[in-house]
Amino acid sequence: MIRVVLPHHLRTLAGTGREVELQVEGPATQRRVLDALEAAYPELRGTIRDPTTERRRDFIRFFACSEDLSHEPPDAPLPEPVSAGREPLHVVGAMAGG
Amino acid sequence: MTTVRILVGTQKGGFVLTADGDRTDWTVAGPHFGGWEIYHMIGSPADPDRVYASQSTGWFGQVLQRSDDGGRTWRPVDHDFAYDGGTGTHQWYDGTPHPWAFARVWHLEPSLTDPDTVLAGVEDAALFKSTDGAASWTELPGLRTQRSGPSWQPGAGGLAVHTILVDPTDPNRIHVAISAAGVFRSDDGGDSWHATNRGLHSQGIPDPDAEVGHCVHRIARHPSRPDVLFMQKHWDVMRSDDAGEQWHEISGDLPSDFGFPIAIHAHEPDTVYVVPITSDSEHYPPDGRLRVYRSRTGGSEWEPLTRGLPQRHCYVNVLREAMSVDDLDPCGIYFGTTGGQVYGSRDGGETWNAIVRDLPRVMSVEVQSLP
Repeated sequence: MIRVVLPHHLRTLAGTGREVELQVEGPATQRRVLDALEAAYPELRGTIRDPTTERRRDFIRFFACSEDLSHEPPDAPLPEPVSAGREPLHVVGAMAGG
Repeated sequence: MTTVRILVGTQKGGFVLTADGDRTDWTVAGPHFGGWEIYHMIGSPADPDRVYASQSTGWFGQVLQRSDDGGRTWRPVDHDFAYDGGTGTHQWYDGTPHPWAFARVWHLEPSLTDPDTVLAGVEDAALFKSTDGAASWTELPGLRTQRSGPSWQPGAGGLAVHTILVDPTDPNRIHVAISAAGVFRSDDGGDSWHATNRGLHSQGIPDPDAEVGHCVHRIARHPSRPDVLFMQKHWDVMRSDDAGEQWHEISGDLPSDFGFPIAIHAHEPDTVYVVPITSDSEHYPPDGRLRVYRSRTGGSEWEPLTRGLPQRHCYVNVLREAMSVDDLDPCGIYFGTTGGQVYGSRDGGETWNAIVRDLPRVMSVEVQSLP
């Protein structure tokens, strides 16, 4: 089970709590986690990555295990504590604007 | 008992203002979608409980919401606005080719007869249609691929379809306005389009009388006279009596003919309202006095409406989507400002009151008159 922490606006949009749990088939990667997230919460499609190109939106970042994973390839394995469900993957709205 | 419902989109959420037909005692509900920009919120003429809202932020992009109970509860609907086929390019600000890219929904136009049918005007300029209550969207690509498309250039706010007018007597006739391309008309339900900008004159573009390239801010029509269109352009207030084939200027004695919204009285098709703004570089009322101007002659002769509006130290703007009318008698006029005030007049503009004063920057105002 993969744990994902969502920013405030996406929690509100999806009608969830701070953290959601997702079943991901195979090794956990950013792409697979986001595929599972969007399948469970279709209203989030397009809010984290472009629905066509799957490119991460400019003001979205991914953190886990005190690391910035935002620029990792989408098919790179996530850190083992995330795959094992001990640590969550944080989806973060970048600090910008006012 | 008649109810008036004002749907207010702001930079930080949506609000619903409600009053009975007397229009003096208003209830304010919201914010809905707090923290999100609500470019437009509008009800279906066919089912006033059906309301659509365009919701976005720079962080999370575009979301679309639908209410089936008049804006009390909402649910997200489809927000995948995928262009149909290859996108090609339009002009960027520096004149170089720039690929078309979806940014946001500026305007929603529900069908007059079917609450599940709605058009969406988007940035970068294109028109989408849903026939299933916004469960899915399909582009009407004829607008974006109109032969002049590669020459379209964004206005300061982007290259956006911000106005959609469907002819109440012929749903196949549609006008759209695009900043900064101009007005386009379809006579076949949106399949094909032609520019209808003859008579517009815009200083500051290479050919002031060009077929396209005019920064049209808003167009409006009265349902009883589908071929008569009124326009607030970047500069100039304009009128067409032949569905946009030819325009002529009606700025007349306005203190400034720069502005954004334009609205028409519900029962008097020659009574038109604008809000003059000082200039394209000073987006506030002339002399710090917030004045709505009314023409009762279809243009050219204008009178200031000031009673109840601030006449000193007022430096707000009124955006293009932020003025609307109810259809009660006497007609009510409403507008929202970038300072967060929503003003209403229940006597055709003679007197005004602030319904609410401290909302976020108001981006859209739509009014529903409910039986």
